[in-house]
Amino acid sequence: MSSSTNKSILNKGSAVSENEFCLPVKIFYGHVLDLTDKVDFIFIPRVVSVKKGTYTCPKFLGLPDMIKAIDKPLPKILSPTVNLNLGFKKYYSTILEVGKLFTQSYFKIGYSYVSALKEFKNTKLKQEEEWIKSKKETSEVKIGLVGHDYNIYDSYLTMNLTKRLEALGVKTVTCDSLPSHLIEKEVSTLPKKLFWSYEEEIVGAAFHWLRDRTVDGIIYVLTFACGPDSLIQVLLEHEAKNSSGKIPFMSLVIDEHSGEAGLITRLEAFIDMLGRRETEKVLV
Amino acid sequence: MKITSPHMGNIYLLLGDLFKRFEVEYIPPPPTTNRTLQLGIRYSPEFACLPLKVTVGNFIEGIERGADTLVMAGGVGPCRFGYYAEVQKRIIGSLGYNFNMITVEPIGAGLVNFVKTFKKLAPKSSIKEIYKSIKTSFIKAQVFDFVEKKAFEARAFEIKKGATNVAVKHATEILNSAFTPTELGEAKAEAFRIMNAVEKKEEEDYLKIGIVGEFFILLEPFCNFDMCEWLGNRGVLVERSVYLTDWIGSSKENPVAGIGEEEIKKAAKPYLSHFVGGEGLPTIGNSVKFAQRGFDGVIQLFPFTCMPDTIAKSILPKISRDFDIPILSFVIDEQTAKAGVITRLEAFLDLIRARKNSRFKAKEKVVETVNC
Repeated sequence: MSSSTNKSILNKGSAVSENEFCLPVKIFYGHVLDLTDKVDFIFIPRVVSVKKGTYTCPKFLGLPDMIKAIDKPLPKILSPTVNLNLGFKKYYSTILEVGKLFTQSYFKIGYSYVSALKEFKNTKLKQEEEWIKSKKETSEVKIGLVGHDYNIYDSYLTMNLTKRLEALGVKTVTCDSLPSHLIEKEVSTLPKKLFWSYEEEIVGAAFHWLRDRTVDGIIYVLTFACGPDSLIQVLLEHEAKNSSGKIPFMSLVIDEHSGEAGLITRLEAFIDMLGRRETEKVLV
Repeated sequence: MKITSPHMGNIYLLLGDLFKRFEVEYIPPPPTTNRTLQLGIRYSPEFACLPLKVTVGNFIEGIERGADTLVMAGGVGPCRFGYYAEVQKRIIGSLGYNFNMITVEPIGAGLVNFVKTFKKLAPKSSIKEIYKSIKTSFIKAQVFDFVEKKAFEARAFEIKKGATNVAVKHATEILNSAFTPTELGEAKAEAFRIMNAVEKKEEEDYLKIGIVGEFFILLEPFCNFDMCEWLGNRGVLVERSVYLTDWIGSSKENPVAGIGEEEIKKAAKPYLSHFVGGEGLPTIGNSVKFAQRGFDGVIQLFPFTCMPDTIAKSILPKISRDFDIPILSFVIDEQTAKAGVITRLEAFLDLIRARKNSRFKAKEKVVETVNC
């Protein structure tokens, strides 16, 4: 595994990648370069679709080819195609294909897959439990954090957003702690179905919180030059303005030039505003 | 019902013809200008791609002209173009305009829906009439595309400067007045005759450039700064990879550009083995094809933050190295100015001309030594 994102990774990545890419892709390039001298294989799956009828971002579709085009010696790249539009049969055969590179035993491949899946489901369950628990506590200020997983869980990219919020006495919940049936329900209210699966999660979670008011505010983390984000930002801001919930909503756009001071100022202002709303509510 | 729809090259001619057949009033927005762009930028999200901003501006100007129904194309992803209509509906709606938006989804997304949409657009026509109208209008649009393609070939070698533009104008007028299929057949022959009649000089030493990239920027002269005409006026033979009817038509053979999708895919395979939406794969495939056919250079045009073509841009340097062909990428956004583009184009032309000359000389040298 490459080390967690740091300045040198970002700098290396933005030096070789195209200027027009979004921040996460530049960081991805950096991680690949970080690995070059350390490993024999780099695993870059081509994730075309993780849910029937949808796609991921086009950049996911091109990632292996983009990396292969770097003008530098690279280790061998493993890039199986994950495309659930073609059905589960194809998906399982892809898993077997990858597994066969390491072992001849079908049992071992199957076992590894099932245990990995179990691990993933357990984590998801834990997150959901935490969400249900936090729903009951009403004493502290709660903020819903929406955005791509590769953004909100990268503490370097978000400049320790979650920790900073905790330090300000705020509890955060992320969009993947919501059970998927809730997200499905919210997304189905859109007049036209979204064709990006990860964005469905973001829109679903934000819409849910805007309508059922289990959080006090929502922060939407997006990166500059992200394609899908640029459009769903309009959907979210429109909904935040017009929904009956009247939940405060802030978009944080991050790029490689974002400064910490600017972020802190905006966060503090947002939290102060939430605090004032609370006191007003009490007074009324 | 007064319909308007954004500009994209010659699409207003196609829609004008189609809605005349439907007996519905069609108000094209005024030609895209700086004001259109400014309106678009003011109300669109900051890093959405340029086509969204320009088309928002077009819609606003169309509404100002009196239109009450906006027609927009849809899509099924993964390029964000497919979701434009939804976003535009919200943006323009929040400005307080009253309008009705009709999104034409591709046939692939459901035939029933497709027919229903057209029934809404043409309330006076039967389904059979609609089918016939679409077919005739499409053939007409294809002729417009062929005229455009012929103009690229003629402009590079025209003896009298501006003769091609006069011919295009003349041919367009003749085509516009044709309505029935028989009239259209005659007009087509006449238009081709006019285009072929442009006087050309015989030249052997000319530059050939292939143009690839994102379709909106390639088709809309306001966004590509009329690059094809500019190059043609300097005696460069231009070949463009995208034409309107190839793009909207369901045929996989691309009859106007003359290169099928399977062939493009095959050419792109060593560099990009999976489609990435939009024009990502065609950009790669066509660049390889141009290189194989001995073109002197390739120019790629796409809007800033465009996902598929940015992927293509990151792969193009490899093609440039492998085939030893200069490739120039233009990333276009609302800040791009014509002067900057022209300077870069001039430098590019100088570069490929110098390369060509030095190669020519090197070849002569080889011949000389052999002769000795």
